Amino acid sequence: MSGWLSALFNTLDPFCGPAGIFTWFGGTGLVSCGDSGWGDEIAFGVKVTISLALATLPVGLLIGFLIALAAQSQEKLLRLAAGIYTTIFRGLPELLTLFIVYYGAQMLIQSVLAFFGYDGRVEINAFVAGMVALAVVFSSYSSEVLLSAFRAIPRGQYEAGDALGLRRGKTMLLIVLPQLIRIALPGLTNLWLILLKDTSYVSVIGLADIVRQTGVAARVSKEAFFFYFLACLLYLILAMISSYGLGFIERWAKRSEVSR
Amino acid sequence: MSVTNEMIPPRPAPAVLHRPLTTAKVVGIGVLILWALLAMALVSMVIEGWDPAKFERYGPRYLNGLWTTISLVGISIVLGAVLSLPIAFARMSKNRALNAVAYAYVYVFRSTPLLAQLFLIYYGLGSFRPQLESVGLWWFFREAWYCGLFSLTLNTAAYQAEILRGAIQSVPVGQHEGAAALGISKRVAFWKIILPQALIVALRPYGNEIILMIKGSAVVAIVTVYDLMGETRYAFSRTFDYQTYLWAAIFYLTMVEALRHLWNFIERRLTRHLVR
Repeated sequence: MSGWLSALFNTLDPFCGPAGIFTWFGGTGLVSCGDSGWGDEIAFGVKVTISLALATLPVGLLIGFLIALAAQSQEKLLRLAAGIYTTIFRGLPELLTLFIVYYGAQMLIQSVLAFFGYDGRVEINAFVAGMVALAVVFSSYSSEVLLSAFRAIPRGQYEAGDALGLRRGKTMLLIVLPQLIRIALPGLTNLWLILLKDTSYVSVIGLADIVRQTGVAARVSKEAFFFYFLACLLYLILAMISSYGLGFIERWAKRSEVSR
Repeated sequence: MSVTNEMIPPRPAPAVLHRPLTTAKVVGIGVLILWALLAMALVSMVIEGWDPAKFERYGPRYLNGLWTTISLVGISIVLGAVLSLPIAFARMSKNRALNAVAYAYVYVFRSTPLLAQLFLIYYGLGSFRPQLESVGLWWFFREAWYCGLFSLTLNTAAYQAEILRGAIQSVPVGQHEGAAALGISKRVAFWKIILPQALIVALRPYGNEIILMIKGSAVVAIVTVYDLMGETRYAFSRTFDYQTYLWAAIFYLTMVEALRHLWNFIERRLTRHLVR
């Protein structure tokens, strides 16, 4: 089964598969696949970038949703706690957040382990560190988007849920959330595009994403302009594909509205 | 038919609903305690790891870095504003070709990461050294600072052009027509009537853009510019002291928060006439 799946993915690989652009247009040059060119390395970088962004999205959305819930609660202390979170992580540069998470988590784990009597060097995974840092930044922005969407939903909707005898959780799930998604979708679309660009920062802590892989290729082959141009082009294509896909989702979310 | 014979006697106010502990309150207190613990841990870390020698050595460097960041952002915002004017007008023009070029510029610069743009300009254009030397531009592309400034300017120009276009188009058509009816020339109408109203709309997005630029300018540290982030990385690579990053965080947060409050003040002040 897994062999069959991987064979399918290899066939559909847009870079180095039988119908891949690098296979067709790379020739035996700089971006050819295999040992002589950088095509397969860059294809790997694209996969890392996409998987990092996709892995960050649900985590960031979930934290952002919880923060938004906290920020609109009637409890003053909870609002304060949420406010501190968004103020800090919207004010810090993404790069600095990444370093703070990367080195800070390493130190934290090391000191906890030292407390239990283990004195070894701990190195945390760059992918995980990048994911955590990006999720934190994404959540603090998405909480603002979701908060304003929450405010756009009239109180009557909650009251209707109460009147129907639904529990709070059911009201949220069945009445508020569907409307929330529809209202927040344009803002979240923007945030996804920003997230896609922000993944480039993880190249600094050594994760093999697009920028890192093209950078290595540029240094080795001395064709810096070509490879960094390729990197920009790849991000551009990713942005185009995602705005095309998000257009579909937006139309799907608006299917209940009367088309005029 | 009913007739009321007696009034309802006065009753005491309903008792205040007293909720001793809700889940929200518990969670709120818990998270606040977590924040307080974290803050205390950071403060104790700074106090414990306080080293006058390090402070004397890296303190001035941090201030230098801060100044580099501020000047970089300030200059690029101003240059970007100048560059964004023609782009915004091209974007609004009826000429299809001009429109397409401006749209392509905005689209490309807004959908590729600043880091990749910076690398393309610093390393990519840097590899054309002989050609650049023959044109006499090598002095510009040799310096990381100029390259950082250049890429930040190009980047912010794309964003500012969109802000400006949105703001100008948000001014109602009636304002143009009113100016035309009074016999005011197009140019004067733009500078005296349209732009002032547009800039009030654009004020908030401009503030956001400056904050984004302050945050985004940290990437120039990667191409060896010693801005605040660069100095931080330098200090960290020398001392392996985690505090260095905390100080940078404090500086950045102060800058952003100060700007945010300043912007709130400016906005309140400039929209006095709109408050009812």
